[in-house]
Amino acid sequence: MLGDGIGSSVRKSKLINRRMFLASAAKAVVFFGIIGRLFYLQVEQNKKYLTLSDKNRIRENKLPPIRGEFKDYFGKIIAGNLDVYELHVIPEQVEDFRVLITRVKQILELSDKDVDKIFKTKKKQKPWETIIISDNLSWDEFSKINYYLYDLPGLKPVISVGRNYPFNESYSHVLGYVAYASKEDLSSSEIINQRHVPGLRVGKNGLEKTYENQLIGTNTIQRFEVNAYGKRINQLEVQNGDQGNSLRITIDTEIQNYTNDLLAGEAGSISVMDIYTGEIIAMNSSPSFNPNDFLYGIGSKEWKDLNSNPFKPLINKTISGLYSPGSTIKPIVALSALENDVIKPSMQVFCSDSIDFYEQKFHCWKKKGHGYMQLKNAIKQSCDIYFYEVARLLGVDRLNETARRFGLGDIVLKNFFANEKKGVFPSTKWKKEAVGQNWYLGETLITGIGQGYIQTTPLQLTLMTAQLANGGNKIYPTLIPNNKNLEEIKKEMELNEDYDLPSSNPPLVRNKENVKFVLDAMFKSTNEVYGTSYSSRIDDPKYQFAGKTGTAQVKRITEEERELDRKLEQIPYKERDHAWYIAFGPYKNPRYAMTVLIEHGGSGSSAAAPIAKKLFKKIIDRHEEREKIRNNKLAI
Amino acid sequence: MKNYSTFGEVSFFQKVKSIDFFLLISIILLGLISIIAMYSTDISDGNFYHSFNHALRFGIFFSLMMLMSFINIKYYYSLSIIFYILVLLLLIGATFFGTTVQGSQRWINLYFINLQPSELMKIAIIIFLARYYHRVQPDAVNTIKKFIIPFIILIVPILLVLSQPDLGTSVLIALSGIAVIWLAGINIKYIIYSFLGLVISFPFVISMLKPYQKLRILTFVNPDRDPLGAGYQIIQSKIAVGSGGLTGKGFLKGTQGYLDFLPEKHTDFIFTLFSEEFGFVGSVLLLILYAFIIFRILVIGSNSRNYFGKFFCYGFAISMFFYISVNMLMVLGMLPIVGSPLPIMSYGGSSMLSMMIALGIVMSTRIYSREIIN
Repeated sequence: MLGDGIGSSVRKSKLINRRMFLASAAKAVVFFGIIGRLFYLQVEQNKKYLTLSDKNRIRENKLPPIRGEFKDYFGKIIAGNLDVYELHVIPEQVEDFRVLITRVKQILELSDKDVDKIFKTKKKQKPWETIIISDNLSWDEFSKINYYLYDLPGLKPVISVGRNYPFNESYSHVLGYVAYASKEDLSSSEIINQRHVPGLRVGKNGLEKTYENQLIGTNTIQRFEVNAYGKRINQLEVQNGDQGNSLRITIDTEIQNYTNDLLAGEAGSISVMDIYTGEIIAMNSSPSFNPNDFLYGIGSKEWKDLNSNPFKPLINKTISGLYSPGSTIKPIVALSALENDVIKPSMQVFCSDSIDFYEQKFHCWKKKGHGYMQLKNAIKQSCDIYFYEVARLLGVDRLNETARRFGLGDIVLKNFFANEKKGVFPSTKWKKEAVGQNWYLGETLITGIGQGYIQTTPLQLTLMTAQLANGGNKIYPTLIPNNKNLEEIKKEMELNEDYDLPSSNPPLVRNKENVKFVLDAMFKSTNEVYGTSYSSRIDDPKYQFAGKTGTAQVKRITEEERELDRKLEQIPYKERDHAWYIAFGPYKNPRYAMTVLIEHGGSGSSAAAPIAKKLFKKIIDRHEEREKIRNNKLAI
Repeated sequence: MKNYSTFGEVSFFQKVKSIDFFLLISIILLGLISIIAMYSTDISDGNFYHSFNHALRFGIFFSLMMLMSFINIKYYYSLSIIFYILVLLLLIGATFFGTTVQGSQRWINLYFINLQPSELMKIAIIIFLARYYHRVQPDAVNTIKKFIIPFIILIVPILLVLSQPDLGTSVLIALSGIAVIWLAGINIKYIIYSFLGLVISFPFVISMLKPYQKLRILTFVNPDRDPLGAGYQIIQSKIAVGSGGLTGKGFLKGTQGYLDFLPEKHTDFIFTLFSEEFGFVGSVLLLILYAFIIFRILVIGSNSRNYFGKFFCYGFAISMFFYISVNMLMVLGMLPIVGSPLPIMSYGGSSMLSMMIALGIVMSTRIYSREIIN
């Protein structure tokens, strides 16, 4: 019994110890398993979890980049920045959205309509996308929100960057405007996409759009440590961004503003160019719009009005408007005929009042005709019959070649505007390809007076005039000052007689005497009796300029209408002729070329030339100031 | 040969000398580590509520443990059934009349302490079964007669705790009990049968679970199922541990902890916080400390002349292993989040109390290792 007891006791001890040993072995295995797991998480996958941990705790706050400014030729700011106080919220980061908005409604005294709009936006968007509660807080409202911010978790008062155009509508067509970046902006530009923050405004049009990548600037990035509830605990670092590059352009604000006044109440365009450097001094299109209206997003009604306005304020007529050039083409027609030795200046044509070609009647603008005409007189008095004859002798293809060389039918400002139009300067080949028909002689005749297929932008005519005025040399129009040495350009133009030699400003003609002839005719047209713009002349040699009028028909005039001979006021607006005037000056030592277009203005001599006269005075008065800047090469 | 059989014959000095100082120092060390970790959890709150309470409890219950060390083991033997019944009564009280927190009725308010009897039951079950098997011969263990009592003793508290509902604690009670029964020599096939029985009753158990517990099991299977909801705890815990790296982010620098990404960082996820701040090296050292404590308890058990002490020490050692590994595997994303504290480290009075009671009995086993209980 006792032995049994001892025996069983030993067995019991042995059993317990054996089982305990087994259990301990199992424990060791599990503990090593835990160590293995720790090793896997903490050593092998450390990087992954460290990243996740940082993602948990670090929130980046990207501030809007500060946009570069635009300055005019004299360094005056024409597109600047202003602070805009905005209120953002990300629904996902808010515990109770409705309560928050109710509080905000009380503080900012929002209307029920505003609140409805916020909830509508919330429905449309993803919960992690920012809702802009207000993009236009006053400083008082902004401070008030900041004061209550401690019990408005999730609300983000943001100082954003807005655009300010101090000269309102003067520069709208050149600079364009900025507005909130759209989905298309984000998908089309990698840079915008990277630097985007809610409420970021980007260029939508004009130079604002063209130079977007240079202007936009880089974001300031603040890094915060946040806790699990999204509350900021402390700021870790700030990575300061850089303001975008500021751009100085060639335009003179004084002249630009003046063109605005001159075009007031009209639909039209004015452009002024330096005939040697190609710098554009002024470029305006009327009517215009106020780009500041787009700052907080334009209302749908206002947008609709702009779009449906028959005078097309959103179109930059200077580069995107296509018109028949009318008689402003005549200097080129004459030049082409002389260059090709088709006629002599002494060629005589009798102008009755019309001429028949192949049973078709072609009229001169002047009732009863000009009588006997020679080339110079025909330009001066703009005789259509004479130019029908010149065009007939010249042929459209040779005319096309000269006109193209002077810049007609092609983009003038390369790489500046996405919406510049090429227009058309027709040729027999062009008609075959574009229309699919053979060329008719009658079409040559009307091309000779700037009607028919021919379509030019006002700026093309400015370039043409500038390249005539500088003696027939190629220039490169620009909106960014190129700081070229004026004397060098002039010298090079004089020396480069040879048509085919490589040169930065190559001659566009064989014989520069032909250009001089045409320029003289234009002088007579403005400054001699019977000249078409004689009434708009300035006798003072300082301001004296030369020009050519143009009156472009917008529809075919029927014989009945010709008989009626209505006054301008009697014709419906849309049927009135476009009024053109191209000019250069001062005549003795020319420097500037310009084009004035008044849509449906009637005749060039009555509607366009008087505007050019006023403008010329202004330009010449500003000339010295401008030269000071040029000569000092002031870094502005 | 000296007779150590009675209480009075051993001088106090000899008793002090026979204390297992390795174990004692390890416990103190663990206590200090736990207070340091608790201090770190308090940083984001800006007060020292948890660390102060934790240190206070550790001090009080550690003193209790020391006191218990010098009480003869035979008294524990004779009090074991009463202790079990007392805890069972408290458990019944808590289950039916207790305080409900987060959908689970597991606390009983004793005015000076909010007691969680299920925590005490973890120890009570070991004491009761150690006493029971003290006398049972290995041959008799597998008889129905000797099996039915342990089965009832075990199943009643398990069902009570399960109905609170508290899945984690009931599993740990079951594991503690089974550990002792297995040590006593039960045929392994009974355990297998019981396990099969459990599998069969699984649908029944599932139907008893609260929705949040069902969710936890689903979430364990795939934590990314709902990363902001139920999977959040596991994901954040893994991020905290993983981002700790080899040597950790440094004391008080665990961002997951002080920025509150870590859920329940005072209690079940204290190891995660510790691991984030002290890294792989710190975590392994802590694990080694636990393993060493378990090892010392086993040594004490193996040196015990009485089966009560041996069963208790072995049973408690295995249970402690279960507490530690279930908690760690849970926070490391290898077990579902069932809610089980890490011994001594986690905040919570009941858990600390039961650990210290158990360690007190272990120390007593050491001091009275030659005591023979008839």
